Amino acid sequence: MDVQVSVYRYNPERDDVPRMQDMTVAVPDGKDLMVLDVLERLKAQDPTLTYRRSCREGVCGSDGMNIGGTNGLACVTPLSEALKKGRLVLRPLPGLPVIRDLVVDMSLFYRQYEKVRPWLINDTAPPAQERLQSPEEREQLDGLYECILCACCSTSCPSFWWNPDRFVGPAGLLQAYRFLADSRDTAASERLSALQDPFSVFRCRGIMNCVNVCPKGLNPTRAIGHIRTMLLRRGI
Amino acid sequence: MSGMRTLTFDAIVVGGGGAGLRAALQLTESGVKTACISKVFPTRSHTVSAQGGITCAIASDDPQDDWRWHMYDTVKGSDYIGDQDAIEYMCSVGPRAVYELDHMGLPFSRTREGRIYQRPFGGQSKNYGEGGQAARTCAAADRTGHALLHTLYQANLKSQTVFLNEWYAVDLVTNARQQVTGVLALCIETGEVVYIKARATVLATGGAGRIYASTTNALINTGDGVGMSLRAGFMAQDMEMWQFHPTGIYGAGVLVTEGCRGEGGYLVNGEGERFMDRYAPNARDLASRDVVSRSMILEILEGRGAGPNKDHVLLKLDHLGEETLTKRLPGICELSKTFAHVDPAREPVPVVPTCHYMMGGIPTSVEGQALMQDDAGQQIGVDGLYACGEAACVSVHGANRLGGNSLLDLVVFGRAVGLHIRDRLAEESESLAASDTDIEAAMARLNRLEATESGESVADLRHELQNVMQLSFGVFREEKAMLEGLEKLRSLKERIAHVHLEDKSRAFNTARIEALELDNLFEVAFATAFSALERKESRGAHARNDYPDRDDENWLKHSLYFPKQQRVGKRDVNFSPEKVASFPPKMRSY
Ligand SMILES: Cc1cc2nc3c(=O)[nH]c(=O)nc-3n(C[C@H](O)[C@H](O)[C@H](O)COP(=O)(O)OP(=O)(O)OC[C@H]3O[C@@H](n4cnc5c(N)ncnc54)[C@H](O)[C@@H]3O)c2cc1C
Ligand code: SF4
Ligand code: SF4
Repeated sequence: MDVQVSVYRYNPERDDVPRMQDMTVAVPDGKDLMVLDVLERLKAQDPTLTYRRSCREGVCGSDGMNIGGTNGLACVTPLSEALKKGRLVLRPLPGLPVIRDLVVDMSLFYRQYEKVRPWLINDTAPPAQERLQSPEEREQLDGLYECILCACCSTSCPSFWWNPDRFVGPAGLLQAYRFLADSRDTAASERLSALQDPFSVFRCRGIMNCVNVCPKGLNPTRAIGHIRTMLLRRGI
Repeated sequence: MSGMRTLTFDAIVVGGGGAGLRAALQLTESGVKTACISKVFPTRSHTVSAQGGITCAIASDDPQDDWRWHMYDTVKGSDYIGDQDAIEYMCSVGPRAVYELDHMGLPFSRTREGRIYQRPFGGQSKNYGEGGQAARTCAAADRTGHALLHTLYQANLKSQTVFLNEWYAVDLVTNARQQVTGVLALCIETGEVVYIKARATVLATGGAGRIYASTTNALINTGDGVGMSLRAGFMAQDMEMWQFHPTGIYGAGVLVTEGCRGEGGYLVNGEGERFMDRYAPNARDLASRDVVSRSMILEILEGRGAGPNKDHVLLKLDHLGEETLTKRLPGICELSKTFAHVDPAREPVPVVPTCHYMMGGIPTSVEGQALMQDDAGQQIGVDGLYACGEAACVSVHGANRLGGNSLLDLVVFGRAVGLHIRDRLAEESESLAASDTDIEAAMARLNRLEATESGESVADLRHELQNVMQLSFGVFREEKAMLEGLEKLRSLKERIAHVHLEDKSRAFNTARIEALELDNLFEVAFATAFSALERKESRGAHARNDYPDRDDENWLKHSLYFPKQQRVGKRDVNFSPEKVASFPPKMRSY
């Protein structure tokens, strides 16, 4: 079976403006490939086609892109789901500068992540063994620590598009809450102070695009809600 | 070199996986001026895929547990060619390294007592094989590698390690005295080529599973560090030793963790029989990986496979119940649904042995310094070169790695190499110099690609190489097929030397990277072929139909591959641990 693919192309050394290129690729009948498999076949035809990829199983977060209008990971999106009217349309993640083809510059996204100080802070001297944590305390981290930093969420968020430098965005805030929720962390107060401005958290409009696209099924909106509550409670 | 920038550091770590990040963290925290360079953003390294856990005697599941029992299992698992001084170091320092991970914030699963949760893995025992199955693998659900890698990256952010992300190390820079003075590296985003000069270069570039057509490894696992080191003329050790994991998802290659069997899952053949009972009456499905993989292949060869082509077996998990599956194995449920279209709570997962791990690599001392031989055949350290993680062969895994021992290897030896380099640099401040000619030599591959005008494509040649390895150097091996394989590799060598790079653009040119990676895949495959032919016995993962028995008289040894002479030699295994009596070779049964 032949599949029609329309893919965003931009090579800064050759192109003044980006364009959509139509390509055709043969895929085996009766086997549902992933979008990444389709890309690999396209690249065998045209080695200049550029995208990131690594684990090919949805855990490294390299191949986030806009597939048929929705952000997702190419390696775990089946072609059957991605085809819209018989066509596969691939664009880079929206809202970030494009380096080449489907590769975006993620510096802003990473900077927001670093801003929340995504590491454990605990001023007490560590014990000779692990710090104890009950299964219930540990459960608080489920749905938070699994983030793979693919940026599907933040680049689908209108608030992040408008203020990528000041609004931390769903991915960063999810990690902010991951450390606020960790019973081993002692820096909750400093963490909250650093977020207490009109932009870092409060630009979230609860549009929930982030939740709809997260390939790991995580819920940044809920985490943001928890942070808001913590901030408001402090304000009183 | 005219026009080329030089960046200077005390130490550079090539690799941002678990091993590289642990080394970089130790170095940065010790005040050594360090850069960590990685061809992908660090959290996209292959360590992120590790599922089951990190094996270590922290005595949480069993308060009596003892690192010496872990050592015994590891020595036995290695089929007695793991170096006992290194294994002793890993197993005894391990608990400290694991607690450090907890202190950095790794979200381990927990027991009722609040301690780190441990699950049973293959090849684990209590009391030196006498006390039954142990549960020694520390886990964060079935996402331990992800949790470990992100935690280490975060700790490095905290310590302000310098990162050169999406930079590709092309080749080592070596001088006339065979000292390594740094690497030549390419900034993928801009295409700029830079000489990164350092007193110490650490290769932590991970494995090379992509030499096989079917592998659990990430697409980026192309053995770059081993390739660079071989091209620089340094030897590689035990390259015939490749682990085939019993449970790669049939058709996709994606792994489901041994932890599935640790949690109580088991394998059945096409007739529904729990066949491991016949091959390993005691450990059954938790026998060592080499044993289980061979048993599966035998079942398939004897016509008892599952599916229309009887070419795989089934992993049964449904009896564990939905609750255990979602709590302990959530990632496995996700992968099975995506890649095998089955829900493990209802149906078994189709699986086949799949290339998983490179036990061989760059031989190093326990401190992580790379080794070479002097003219008299004596082992000496390579000045300026270090290695850790899957790229290195220290050797703690010998002929067969136990599950969960790789993550431990990464953090223990990543840490050790950092400590060692700190001490070395404090003693000697003389910097190593390379001439313009030395640097130009490291440019050779880039120049060659730049000049190509025609030739075969990278994708085609890579495909062919992977098929040769799959056919001739798989789970079972024999001389005739291997010789044929080697012949094919020889002809591929010529063709790869003339591969065509059509796209010469600079910015984010992944075609150029893939062409460079192809050379490394080839170096690793070639070394594997020579070493596999030379080892005329069966040991651990190296199973030969023509030499079915272990031969301790001639082969209780490491193999060494010398790239310049294309020759294989031997090296003694270390049997002299410091704190315990050594474990002598025994017949290995499970
Ligand atoms: C699916 C799967 C599951 C596993 N599960 C477990 C488990 O449960 N427990 C366990 O102990 N082990 C497990 N393993 C094995 C273990 O994950 C690996 O052996 C280990 O993660 C390797 O780590 P590393 O740091 O050596 O290399 P990697 O994590 O592979 O990192 C290599 C690094 O080197 C960089 N690099 C490579 N080449 C270059 C270059 N030319 N220039 C610049 N940078 C470069 C890469 O960007 C990357 O950052 C598993 C393996 C697989 C495949
Ligand atoms: S819920 Fe908030 S963070 Fe998520 S997409 Fe909407 S505005 Fe963005
Ligand atoms: S929250 Fe989900 S979508 Fe957002 S970066 Fe993390 S994994 Fe990706």
